[in-house]
Amino acid sequence: MRGPAGRRSPVHELAATVVPALALLVVLVVAILVITSLAGGYDAVAVMRAFWRGSFGSSDALLSSTLVRATPLILAGLAVAFAFRAGILNIGAEGQILAGAAAATTVALTLADRPAALVITAALVAGAAGGAAWALLPAILLRWFGVLDVISTIMMNFVALHGVGYLVRGPLQEVLGIYPQSSTLPDAVHLPMMVPGTRLHLGFALALVVSIALAVILRSTAAGFRIRVTGENPFAARIAGGIDVQRTGMRVFLMSGAIAGLAGAIEVLGVTFALYENLSPGFGYTAIAVALLGALDPVRVMLSGIFFGALEAGAGAMQRDAGVPSVLVSVIQAMIILGLLATAWWRAKRAAAPPPVPGASEGERLDEATAG
Amino acid sequence: MIDVAAPFLEATVRTATPLALAALGEMVAERAGVINIGVEGAIIAGAFGALVGAGAAGLGAGFALAIVAGCLVSMVFAVFVVALRADQIITGAAVTLLGLGLTGVLYRTMYGASGAALSIPTTGVLVIPVISELPWVGRALFAQPVTTYLLYALTPALAWWLYRTHAGLALRAVGESPDAARAAGVRPDRIRVAAMLFGGALAGLAGATLVLAQAGTFAEGMSAGRGFIAIAVVALGSWSPWRTLLAAVLFGAGFATQTLLQALGWDVPYQIFLALPYLLALAALAGAAGRARAPAALGRSN
Amino acid sequence: MNAPPALTLEHITKSFGPVRALASASLEVRRGTVHAVLGENGAGKSTLMRIAFGLLRPDAGRIRVDGVMRDHASSAAAIRSGLGMVHQHFTLVPTMTVAENVALGGRGRFDMRAARRIVDQLTLDTGLVLDPGALAGALPVGAQQRLEILKALAHRAHTLILDEPTAVLSPVEADELLAWLRRFADNGGAAVLITHKLREASAIADDVTVLRHGRTVLTGAIASLTEPMLVHAMLGAPPESDVPERAASGTRPASGDIVLRADGVTVSDDRGVPRLRDVTLELHRGEIVGIAGVEGAGQRELLRALAGRLVPRSGALRLPSHIGFVPGERQRDALALDMSLSENVALRGAGARRGWMRWRAIDARTRQLMKRFDVRAGSETQSARSLSGGNQQRLVLARELDGDPPPGLLVAENPVRGLDVRAMEDVLQRLLAARDAGMCIVTHASDLDEVLAIADRLFVCFDGRLTETAVDREAAGRAMVGAT
Repeated sequence: MRGPAGRRSPVHELAATVVPALALLVVLVVAILVITSLAGGYDAVAVMRAFWRGSFGSSDALLSSTLVRATPLILAGLAVAFAFRAGILNIGAEGQILAGAAAATTVALTLADRPAALVITAALVAGAAGGAAWALLPAILLRWFGVLDVISTIMMNFVALHGVGYLVRGPLQEVLGIYPQSSTLPDAVHLPMMVPGTRLHLGFALALVVSIALAVILRSTAAGFRIRVTGENPFAARIAGGIDVQRTGMRVFLMSGAIAGLAGAIEVLGVTFALYENLSPGFGYTAIAVALLGALDPVRVMLSGIFFGALEAGAGAMQRDAGVPSVLVSVIQAMIILGLLATAWWRAKRAAAPPPVPGASEGERLDEATAG
Repeated sequence: MIDVAAPFLEATVRTATPLALAALGEMVAERAGVINIGVEGAIIAGAFGALVGAGAAGLGAGFALAIVAGCLVSMVFAVFVVALRADQIITGAAVTLLGLGLTGVLYRTMYGASGAALSIPTTGVLVIPVISELPWVGRALFAQPVTTYLLYALTPALAWWLYRTHAGLALRAVGESPDAARAAGVRPDRIRVAAMLFGGALAGLAGATLVLAQAGTFAEGMSAGRGFIAIAVVALGSWSPWRTLLAAVLFGAGFATQTLLQALGWDVPYQIFLALPYLLALAALAGAAGRARAPAALGRSN
Repeated sequence: MNAPPALTLEHITKSFGPVRALASASLEVRRGTVHAVLGENGAGKSTLMRIAFGLLRPDAGRIRVDGVMRDHASSAAAIRSGLGMVHQHFTLVPTMTVAENVALGGRGRFDMRAARRIVDQLTLDTGLVLDPGALAGALPVGAQQRLEILKALAHRAHTLILDEPTAVLSPVEADELLAWLRRFADNGGAAVLITHKLREASAIADDVTVLRHGRTVLTGAIASLTEPMLVHAMLGAPPESDVPERAASGTRPASGDIVLRADGVTVSDDRGVPRLRDVTLELHRGEIVGIAGVEGAGQRELLRALAGRLVPRSGALRLPSHIGFVPGERQRDALALDMSLSENVALRGAGARRGWMRWRAIDARTRQLMKRFDVRAGSETQSARSLSGGNQQRLVLARELDGDPPPGLLVAENPVRGLDVRAMEDVLQRLLAARDAGMCIVTHASDLDEVLAIADRLFVCFDGRLTETAVDREAAGRAMVGAT
């Protein structure tokens, strides 16, 4: 599940890999929709029409629905992909999103009467810092205590959930003290809209910027190169490259948390305008699918985030207009991941190496000898 | 004091029961070196299976179909992880999505878009005479649905199996060092698949408990993260049967504290008690609270 | 003496792809004896024993245990027929106790106390002392080996195969083990001792079989064989076409400036066992220094220390600032196979690089290196995985030899392993050219001839010591097995 070799021209690469992939995806989605319609007795044409109307069918659907929904998915997907690139299994984007949202809300409400640009900037920075802080403990546990990143990040997700639960019933609760949510942010500190008259906020542009920045870091900087080599082959990274693999992993972990935290901050400043417990309907988990479909490549993760945004937006309309349950999206997501895993296995099997030459490695490799 | 303590203890055990079931199954899989974050999917599948089975043919069928559904979901996981050598985490995430999505779609399709309240037979509380009269803990421990009693039998049985049979020894060895186990004539893949299916069956039972013993009905996403909590429970339980049971009780107590505090009228943020078990688990993993070491080969598909 | 042979291997043949590892190798181990199997690296000893133990299937040939024909489809089948094997790399579960490791693979109920009693009883019967409650991973290496033997005996093995068992032991431990093997055989067991060490063989073995290039070249009672006969059988005449002619190396005076100095250096392996003690060396510009040694003699650790990749346990080591390193397992340690050739070239020095990656310059340099080192590839953007083994190695070599100024020292582990004759010759020529340009090169190869082909000076690792010998097949071969 790693990125491709080489650095072909980005445009060329996208054209070569995204188009057939997209075609396959569309076929898959249509197939699942048709099967569900037939099995459930829905009108397949109406289902499809509703799906299209909700996702790409109008500029309003695209701008106010699909792209708004895509924004946190892109950022969380980038967070997961970036970590995976270095071999870090960050399943904690969900918690980091919440931590970022909480930090951004706190800062925005505290500074509310300052100049808007300052408040927004400070809130975004606080969000990133909050997300990074939430990744700090798992990163420390992984580096110095050997605690599996998967287990610790899952736990941190729940700690974040309960932490936000406390905040919205305690120190951050709205002034009336009735609802489990924070006060609504004043209009001035909402993220500006990218297109007037729609709900598409500046956060989407920010997600694009982050995606391009990550692409540039990975492709063109020495630090990004270290990250890629560490993920591709930590042995060669250490022995041939002299790279401090552990330190690289730790930094990536924190940065991944920061990106997810930013997603949370943007969601608060651009969509919900207040902190809720269920601010994230599982963005952090969907992000895994987003990252994998994007082959862990930032630019393609952006496209895959838009695809998943459209999927969720379309599914909403499908449920409203045609009665097909929107959770169907989860099935589609699962099918995409499993399909990718099966494809990877199939490719690896076809490219299987010939049997090892005796004496090809120093000493006895019992594991290889007995595995066959 | 008794009037708040008894309901608190009862709620603790009630909440702990599905958690402990799922966690014991996950513990066995993890001892064999497989971390299955698809338990969530198996629990919700079990819950749905319980609904369908109980609605069609009564309680027994409900439990049976729950086990089958949990096993099926785990089988998908096992095929990808063992046969295709796919990454355990990614596969687990997909399996969770699959379980949540599929049950949601099937539920709406089979029982209507409104998801109207369904009437299915439920298992009541089974009161054990005499000992349920014990002060404080009597009703909490001995006036519970049947799955709780199953837990009482399962935990010692698992502990015995894991530490007192050669099969248990082989399973533990597979989780620590598959190559060494193979050299001793053990078949790691077979043991792992069996462990995953066992985990799926218990996750299915956990789902059945939610439906048949607690809610009395099904709701989309009613597993509510219990699969992921189970993974934390296993870590806090340091991968041993008895301690996993205790850890589940601790998590259950965390939830029950919420109502306890309300009953007492104390203004203490109950979320501290919800988050506390996770923090304890993290501390235990870091070695601050005794030895909690994951199986050495945990998470490695190859 | 009327009992059937404990283990008979008849005309075993085994190929790995195009490489023939065993060509009709045979072996007969009499009950009540210790049978030494001698041979150089790559002679096929380990392959033959893995076949006997069911870890590999032979292409042809027969296996008999105690006279009964066996088809060892798995190690479990071999264990059932009464064989036990002690591998060079142990197969213990480090986080489990001695008793649990011994019990692993059994059926039915498992009782910790019973398992401990079994270990205690085995200890009594065999004199191999072990604490049944100790964690296997915490045991010293000698005790881990005893545990491996106990495991085999607990499964009722009466024929033991030991692969280089003394390589990891201290001299005292080694003597104890050999004495134990002698007693085991005298009490009705049988043991196959795979070894490089002539001394060991002559000290305790009754019979000996010598393998060379996958064939049995000599077998008989050790009493009837002399040391020169064994040495000759093991080393044979140098193979004709395996290694190209030695190109103008030989006895160059070591007159260049000192590049590297080691003073009393001791290196340990990753288990913390010291492998070479008190190494003192001076290496100079413009020489190729060969390090020879049988597998596990410590050359791996020494080379990694000289390359700055492993910190010595003690002693003073002064290294040049620029060191090229060609690791033995190039696909694991030298290349990121799914990255492009340019990226693999950029890997060198990646740890200390700052700022931007100048890909255009790196691409140009990669193309230039590909041309200079004859790396056959369509373009610098294709993946390292798509290259043949020889081209991969030339790429690694190009990367490690390159630099402005070039590195003063190049450390190369098995630089020509797995390459075809042409590629091998090419790599050797490039090493010679680098030496002539003033570089100091340290190299080791499992195949002694590969080292002899280019070395100006030669050191041999044996029994924890590094000693200089003449650059000569006979002298080196004898030093590697401890013959005088």
